[in-house]
Amino acid sequence: MFRSQVLVCGGTGCTSGGSTKIVEALHAEIAKNNLENEVNIVTTGCFGLCANGPIVLVYPEGVFYSQVKVENIATIVSEHLLKGRIVKSLVYDETLDKDAIKSLNETNFYKKQHRIALRNCGVINPEDIDEYIGTGGYEALGKVLTSMKPEDVIQTILDSGLRGRGGGGFPTGLKWKLARNIVPNAPQKYVCCNADEGDPGAFMDRSVLEGDPHAVLEAMAIAGYAIGATQGYIYVRAEYPIAIKRLEIAIKQAREYGLLGENIFETGFNFDIGLRLGAGAFVCGEETALMTSIEGNRGEPRPRPPFPAEKGLFDSPTILNNVETYANVCQIILNGAEWFSAMGTEKSKGTKVFALGGKINNTGLVEIPMGTTLRTVIEEIGGGIPDGKKFKAAQTGGPSGGCIPPEHLDIEIDYDNLVAIGSMMGSGGLIVMDEDNCMVDIAKFFLEFTVDESCGKCTPCRIGTRRMYEILEKITKGQASMEDIDKLEKLCYHIKENSLCGLGQTAPNPVLSTLRYFKDEYVAHIKDKKCPAGVCKDLLSFSIIPEKCKGCSACARVCPVGAITGELKKPYTIDTDKCIKCGACVSTCKFGAIIKK
Amino acid sequence: MKSLEELRAIKEKMQSQVNMRKPEDKTTRIVVGMATCGIAAGARPVLNTFSDLIQQNKLDSVEVTQTGCVGLCQYEPIVEVYEKDKEKVTYIKMDAERAKEIFEEHIKKGKIVQKYTISTASLK
Repeated sequence: MFRSQVLVCGGTGCTSGGSTKIVEALHAEIAKNNLENEVNIVTTGCFGLCANGPIVLVYPEGVFYSQVKVENIATIVSEHLLKGRIVKSLVYDETLDKDAIKSLNETNFYKKQHRIALRNCGVINPEDIDEYIGTGGYEALGKVLTSMKPEDVIQTILDSGLRGRGGGGFPTGLKWKLARNIVPNAPQKYVCCNADEGDPGAFMDRSVLEGDPHAVLEAMAIAGYAIGATQGYIYVRAEYPIAIKRLEIAIKQAREYGLLGENIFETGFNFDIGLRLGAGAFVCGEETALMTSIEGNRGEPRPRPPFPAEKGLFDSPTILNNVETYANVCQIILNGAEWFSAMGTEKSKGTKVFALGGKINNTGLVEIPMGTTLRTVIEEIGGGIPDGKKFKAAQTGGPSGGCIPPEHLDIEIDYDNLVAIGSMMGSGGLIVMDEDNCMVDIAKFFLEFTVDESCGKCTPCRIGTRRMYEILEKITKGQASMEDIDKLEKLCYHIKENSLCGLGQTAPNPVLSTLRYFKDEYVAHIKDKKCPAGVCKDLLSFSIIPEKCKGCSACARVCPVGAITGELKKPYTIDTDKCIKCGACVSTCKFGAIIKK
Repeated sequence: MKSLEELRAIKEKMQSQVNMRKPEDKTTRIVVGMATCGIAAGARPVLNTFSDLIQQNKLDSVEVTQTGCVGLCQYEPIVEVYEKDKEKVTYIKMDAERAKEIFEEHIKKGKIVQKYTISTASLK
């Protein structure tokens, strides 16, 4: 038995920060100190606090080391693991209270979180099925198969109030009920998992798959039993190599244990799961396009109805749920529908995982009860905005969502509240923007993404989004007129109403919501030919304030085009015709003498 | 795997390993002095004995940790037992056998083993 457990984050964030080397170094140092039989080293999934990775957590003390480097490992082993002296210089400063170590759950980042979907992420080794079983894994499947009827399972999910976590928010139980009943005696049905997380800035599905893959497999088997399916598919994007590797290992281990395959728990229930890798097309996150892609065809959506519950994969009744949705299912089965529905708001139950990104201190993954305010997420959990800048907006739902301005910071996050203010829950990407972000530029950024990702099947989306992009480009170049805003808005509604699938129907959202809350910025670009945030290059000009310039020539030396000239110890000047607005001079000047406006 | 019993057996086996990772409230803390003096006097077997016994007996509310030099090097290995709302008990000159005794009497039954405490044990 081990007296100490050392958990090292093996999520994508910390892996790219070098955690694989840290694990190697730990093994070497542990061996050197003859501690192999006393200390257990575990590679886990994401802890959530990606901004402070690589992360090493030592139990039983619960000491949280952040931003660990390979060079630190020898010290941690010889001081902490051998002699019990916590290496305070490496401890995450929020857990350090004078000389005492605070529990992680007392830090601002974790205090208000409630982890259901992420409960095993950063706790167990995702490549070891025994660890998953040790935390109660596969008990829900056992319970369902041995003591519940399929109808009871569906009723439990319905009663829990669980809604689709991929963004749509459709009641999961209802989806299952339709798939069970709509086609009587269907010879084959399918359970699919949408792991084609494509929103820029969203990474919660990846983290669940990397940190707790068995939770998804188990939930899919439960769904299979509920709707009467024997085959499942996980559609995961090929850009997620760690998630794919861990899923493959998990499926293999589950098969070896007989938890996937034939006659599971000797109940006569058969269920198996296959992986299908997506090539990275955003449209394949749309359900009909995803299924078309699994079938081996080009990933393009088709009109609905018929809905997948009736005619889905290979024309059979199919359910498709998102990774995070599945990650909640086993806990609902084990703890009951009331337990789950006690959390959250009236119409949105449970928790939601958000990937915090952009201008925020604690970049990472958080899981909060529905109904938590956006202010809590950004200011407390997220640790606020770096460098004391002012909050301008938060973008949820990525290219399909909208932005939330400061006046709505106290909104309680749930599906319906976000839609009411012109945004959406989306899959859970939450990008924070500060005063240095230009909202027209942000809208253009998302439009550029949808223009790229439009599959081209229907005209409103294929051509409409491109026209929108062109208008936005005109605005950011200062060449637009006020009429263009009206055109843009009309085009938005036209695309929303006439596109074939969710991609086109939601593509105008970033533009509509920035127009709603930040119209003054659009007007400034058009009428004053100015970008208030100083982002749009064509509307900027750089100049040197003569009173502040010491004539040190530093700016002239870094200017790549030789636009700055002058005499030493006298104020320099910028030739705006030559200037390419790269900003190198601004960051070089020590006296704050160069301004852009 | 054929049955729920087999699943439970695996869960049992893994429990001690996984339960340590829950930052729950611990009511009892056993602290073993593991500075150079402690290690030289044989503190590691003491630490491991406590750790194993706690896990074997599934006492989730008890935590076993190390500390540095307590300042009484000639009495090492030293073990301190902190219980919620009770006074600290310090045991001196520990070894694996004595650790077992303390576990059985003090940790499980709540009876302080006076003969090993710093206040009554022979200090020679």
